[in-house]
Amino acid sequence: MPYEAVIGMEVHAQLITESKMFCHCSSAYASAPPNSHTCPVCLGMPGMLPLANRRAVEATVMMGLALHCAIPLFSKFDRKNYMYPDLPKGYQISQYDMPFARNGSITVPLEQGIKTIRIRRVHLEEDTAKLTHQGGYTLIDFNRSGVPLIEIVTESDIRTAEEAWRYLVALRSILRYLGIGSGNMEEGAMRCEVNISLRPVGREELGTKVEVKNMNSFRAVRQAIAYEIERQTRLLEQGERVEQVTMGWDEANHRTVFQRSKEGAEDYRYFPEPDLPPIIWTEADIDAIRARLPELPDAKLKRLIEQYALKADDAYLLADERATADYFEVAAQACAGVVEAQTVANWLLSELLRLMRESGQELSANPVTAGCLAELLKIVSRGEINATVAKEVLAEMVSSGKSAPEIIQTRGLKQISDADQLRQMVEQVIAANGQAAQQYRDGKDQALRFLIGQVMRQTRGQANVSIVESLLRELLAR
Amino acid sequence: MKLDRDQVLHIAELAKLGLSAEEADRFTVQLSAILEYFELLDQLDTGAIPPTAMAIDQHNVLRKDSAGASLPVETVLQAPRTIGQFIAVKAVLD
Repeated sequence: MPYEAVIGMEVHAQLITESKMFCHCSSAYASAPPNSHTCPVCLGMPGMLPLANRRAVEATVMMGLALHCAIPLFSKFDRKNYMYPDLPKGYQISQYDMPFARNGSITVPLEQGIKTIRIRRVHLEEDTAKLTHQGGYTLIDFNRSGVPLIEIVTESDIRTAEEAWRYLVALRSILRYLGIGSGNMEEGAMRCEVNISLRPVGREELGTKVEVKNMNSFRAVRQAIAYEIERQTRLLEQGERVEQVTMGWDEANHRTVFQRSKEGAEDYRYFPEPDLPPIIWTEADIDAIRARLPELPDAKLKRLIEQYALKADDAYLLADERATADYFEVAAQACAGVVEAQTVANWLLSELLRLMRESGQELSANPVTAGCLAELLKIVSRGEINATVAKEVLAEMVSSGKSAPEIIQTRGLKQISDADQLRQMVEQVIAANGQAAQQYRDGKDQALRFLIGQVMRQTRGQANVSIVESLLRELLAR
Repeated sequence: MKLDRDQVLHIAELAKLGLSAEEADRFTVQLSAILEYFELLDQLDTGAIPPTAMAIDQHNVLRKDSAGASLPVETVLQAPRTIGQFIAVKAVLD
């Protein structure tokens, strides 16, 4: 019997702020020595009062708006009570029944078209201390305690590992566009929990839900879901039951492993946080926050395709990062009327971004500005250098910071288009490769490719190929 | 409202308190009495009063996002047990 997976996701994303959620300790926890960014508030000392960070609150509303959520005019914080050393207060300040945003949606591109995933809610809470287990002890670093954290919960609209992965990529892209989060899973700035159940295709009611945690990369999420779907399918096909449990992803062995049973499930005894007054918005407040939203990835994607006639796949790659899209647009506009936008996209995506990866540089911080790339591409379009040479020039632009004309000048890379000069070389090549010349005359067209290659080699790639080709045809026809 | 012994044991578990059998019995009686006392409040007609999360009339109390000084690490490390610059507790496993 074919089964269908029903998947819902809870994503936690740290917000980029200077200070923590409820106190003025620095939120730069990762780079600091253990327990150096703490105070009585984030250590949970009795009698200390939290004061909410405006930037974090507004960032949560921005995220809600970007996810097409409704923003309730009234919301509040609540206490989620549990006993664990990562939270010395004995509770986490979170939001329960009145989150900052609810009922939204996000679109993700799939091979079979665009899919909409509904967002149930976006709420704001505080991150917990970082625990490491060592021998018989648990070591606590409170630097992360109180860092602002948003939680984004989907409806159970996701059906495959691929969709889950696309969803995370889209979410990260929005966080970065808004400038409110890095979405970096490897660094723990974005974490996710996945609920998976299986049901026979066509059935409405849901199967038993299994929660999967502990995935530290986008790839791990995709692998863990695929594995879990397979595991549950196997159980069901053997006529066994799926237990309601929490599984953890075991990165080393590429499988999910049992963590704990869900029996005696959480009992968090939420109640309104008495130390934090509610947040009440006016429509004008929300409009003011909405006005700060940049063009978002889905709108940008659509516009790139329409305005620049780009291939959809390329536009998708460009739109993923705001900096990449901005770079492309500046370069494409500088090239307008001279070089096609698609050509600019090709160079950016396949050449420049590769060079960025190889040299470990950020596109926005590298010496080759969008204007520099445009200058190079215009030189190519005028036929002064060919594409092969241009790739070398670009690599040197990245490593040396010099401009394209400077490199072409000093290295004498200008394309040779002088017919007389080329005619001489072509004659030499024909004389030196009598066999290939004969093969061409006998009708073997590949021989021509070989002879062109010889000329290019002698000129270190600088000969104008189309002139070389017509000269060869002319001289060999004699 | 009467609490039963299992509920008391559940609450103790959530609070990470170990209760002896005698304590469980005693607290079942005492906590029930406290809850019953609070039930007096049910006699009030609150139908016309909207639910409230906050007794004082304040809202949107927010601070500017700027970082200030934290406690000196030596102060933080006055915890009963430390290892290196970490605070240490007996191993807990999630």
